[in-house]
Amino acid sequence: MIPELGHFALALACAIALAQGVLPLYGAERRDARLIALAPPLAAGQLLAVAAAFAALLWSFAVNDTTVLGVVQNSHSAKPLLYKLTGAWGNHEGSMVLWVLILALCGGAVAGFGRSLPGALQARVLAVLGLIGVGFLLFILATSNPFARVWPPPMDGQGLNPVLQDPGLAFHPPLLYLGYVGFAVTFAFAVAALIEGRVDAAWGRWVRPWALAAWAFLTLGIALGSWWAYYELGWGGFWFWDPVENASLLPWLAGTALLHSAIVVEKREALKIWTVLLALLAFALSLLGTFLVRSGVLNSVHAFANDPERGVFILVLLALYIGGAFALFAARAPAMAPTGVFAPLSREGALVLNNLFLCSICAVVLVGTLYPMFADLVLGVKISVGPPFFHTAILPLAAPLILAMPIGTMLPWKRARLWPVLQRLWWAALAAFAALFLVLALAGERVWPALGFAAAVWLIGGAAADIADRIALFRRGRGARAQIWTAWDRARGLPRAAWGAALAHAGLGVTFAGIAGMGLATDALVALKPGESARLAGYEWRLDVLRDVAGPNWSARRATVTVTRDGAAVTVLEPERRFFPVGRQNTTEAAIHTNWVRDLYAVLGEERDGAAILRLHHNPLAPWIWLGAAVMALGGGLSLSDRRVRVAAPAPKGATVPA
Amino acid sequence: MSDTTGTTPPRGTAAEAAPADTAPAQRGAAAVRSRRWALYAPLALAGGAFLGFYALLRGMGTGSYDPRGLPSALIGQPVPDFTLPPLEGAEPPAFSAADLRGGGLPKPVLINFWASWCVPCIVEHPMLVRLSREGTPVFGINYKDKPGDAAAFLRRHGNPYARLGVDQPGRVAIDWGVYGVPETYLVDRTGIVRWRWAGPITPQVLENDLQPLLRRYA
Repeated sequence: MIPELGHFALALACAIALAQGVLPLYGAERRDARLIALAPPLAAGQLLAVAAAFAALLWSFAVNDTTVLGVVQNSHSAKPLLYKLTGAWGNHEGSMVLWVLILALCGGAVAGFGRSLPGALQARVLAVLGLIGVGFLLFILATSNPFARVWPPPMDGQGLNPVLQDPGLAFHPPLLYLGYVGFAVTFAFAVAALIEGRVDAAWGRWVRPWALAAWAFLTLGIALGSWWAYYELGWGGFWFWDPVENASLLPWLAGTALLHSAIVVEKREALKIWTVLLALLAFALSLLGTFLVRSGVLNSVHAFANDPERGVFILVLLALYIGGAFALFAARAPAMAPTGVFAPLSREGALVLNNLFLCSICAVVLVGTLYPMFADLVLGVKISVGPPFFHTAILPLAAPLILAMPIGTMLPWKRARLWPVLQRLWWAALAAFAALFLVLALAGERVWPALGFAAAVWLIGGAAADIADRIALFRRGRGARAQIWTAWDRARGLPRAAWGAALAHAGLGVTFAGIAGMGLATDALVALKPGESARLAGYEWRLDVLRDVAGPNWSARRATVTVTRDGAAVTVLEPERRFFPVGRQNTTEAAIHTNWVRDLYAVLGEERDGAAILRLHHNPLAPWIWLGAAVMALGGGLSLSDRRVRVAAPAPKGATVPA
Repeated sequence: MSDTTGTTPPRGTAAEAAPADTAPAQRGAAAVRSRRWALYAPLALAGGAFLGFYALLRGMGTGSYDPRGLPSALIGQPVPDFTLPPLEGAEPPAFSAADLRGGGLPKPVLINFWASWCVPCIVEHPMLVRLSREGTPVFGINYKDKPGDAAAFLRRHGNPYARLGVDQPGRVAIDWGVYGVPETYLVDRTGIVRWRWAGPITPQVLENDLQPLLRRYA
């Protein structure tokens, strides 16, 4: 009964979404206040209906209802409750429901927080969100019913893919979808602006928080996925340029560009057409990712079921949304002339440079991701585009971007001179050079890691210099004591957006430090019998014992490896090979010991003649990769909490803006 | 990219010009209008991508595009030389390249590399059983396995193999260019390799890829 109610709720949501997509749009066109006023309650209704469907799905998984096909295929009674629930979105059908739930949440947020928006704009934004909702709800109802029944019901489910039974992966999709779908809101704002034919500073101010929120979630989602790949897949790497990873990186790059260009719209009323295009692109690339993962055109560990029919459905949706938006763009964009003017060397100019490089990187990743597919189709050749291509193509684009980042944030608006800025950054540059030569000297002329560390120091130093400059920390004149107090006052008065920007830029620096550290990683493949030991990176790794252990729904072979350094115990690592009888699948559980400066990482392989094959890794600074991403997202959150964001520009009655 | 300076002419797709003199709005609008065609670039690109993806999906439907397919140097070639011993404790007799090449085969044959330790092999096993029951000869090559385990596997899951050879050292698999088990080849009646599938044979593979080929080479 509950699954039928869930199915009905989805159909109801689809009907409400259709009303939400059509009525307010028509109302805004005819200036009919009653129809315009319908938008927020309809959005709330759609949210309620989708939430009810999602709750029904969770319930089916929680009670292990084996009459539901999705439960049979993806769950099992022996699974811990948490993974039963997360299993609800660990498959194609359930994850689509999560997708539309987040879309409905975004609609609800625009309805709830967007009361200070002009009525017609809010109505149009909600209508566009409603239309997106209709398409994807239809997709679920027509091709991917999560509540399909099986009769007779089997005794128990077939278990979730054990690789997915992991906290990192359980929360990777929701965060990622919050990012992807969050860009639906900026997309809706862009389409609404195109319909109205008007983009102004207020529009920039409304769009930026949504772009920020989506970007911060996407940053976290990508980082969580990469962290999961690092500790779960047991390959010791963190980014593989897998097409699906790239698919999540594409909207992130476009979203990062959007985030920056929206500042120019807000502050200077320039780059309007470009910003609208980026808002369309960020969501278009999110949808492209959805299509690539779900249509089966890719061969990837991430891909869902291989089903061309679903692919055609999503492709048609994409064509309607993206094609429609771009057609509208071509027709209406000429009306949006910029009013602000600026010299090439200015904050605006720096942000243009940022956009230029980010979009070029985005284009490179896009080409590298799609080329193998189209080469196969058109030329009939199987090729794979791997890390060497991405590294060589992206590096020349990333290097000037990194070089310009600290300089750009310190340039004044409209017209700037470079020299005063460089004067304030000399010590960051000095520190970067020091890091470069220090690493070259210590790590034996490893150029790329050394450059990576230099970039990290430059970014973090640049962010610090920016804040120091804004609070006039080093300005001469008064006594040191008074000066520090003044600086403290200024620091407290500094807008949170400034802190957020500095933090996000520094976070990228931290990530670079982590990646550079991984460039110095060492590993060894050893065969050890119990009692034997191996040396790696100055550590003594001794295999103590091999034994069998049992978990709730798996059995495992576990190695106990004691790591010592100069005779002093460092840690005990226990890598496992787990076997899940229900799905007859094996997973490797890498054992990782971190002290935030380096990871000791051990993977247990096969056993032969009483000896266990162990892969040992020493990964300097590895945790910083994800720590940096968290710092970036934190910067985004801080910027989001800025007073100027919370208090709308032309806000009547001091109402709040979407946050 | 947009152009935003007053010193260089507009260029790129979403040209947005802002000359530094008076009345920037009008001048900017004029510049945008003169570059209007550039605003259609995103639409054109999206349209191109749409057609490309549609072709991919169609190709997946007809089998001409397969994201998981791996090319095999053997396609269109006669099967490589090999002789295999039989599996102890199992009924099917062993076979060698001569059995496939002689031209005396009444039907095309599936050569299936498998092992009892391989999980996807269990997944595809019912497909093989169904194929052999429907009259398609399936020859098995047991890859890097223990004879006892392999025989127990067949007792538990059923035996689809008309002939069964054991490739304990994995040498024959190297000659065939096997990526991993399960892997299946279609050999026509004259001993020419016509098709290779790396990974388990799912109902979809059976229906979309294998059945048409079986009909064509029957």
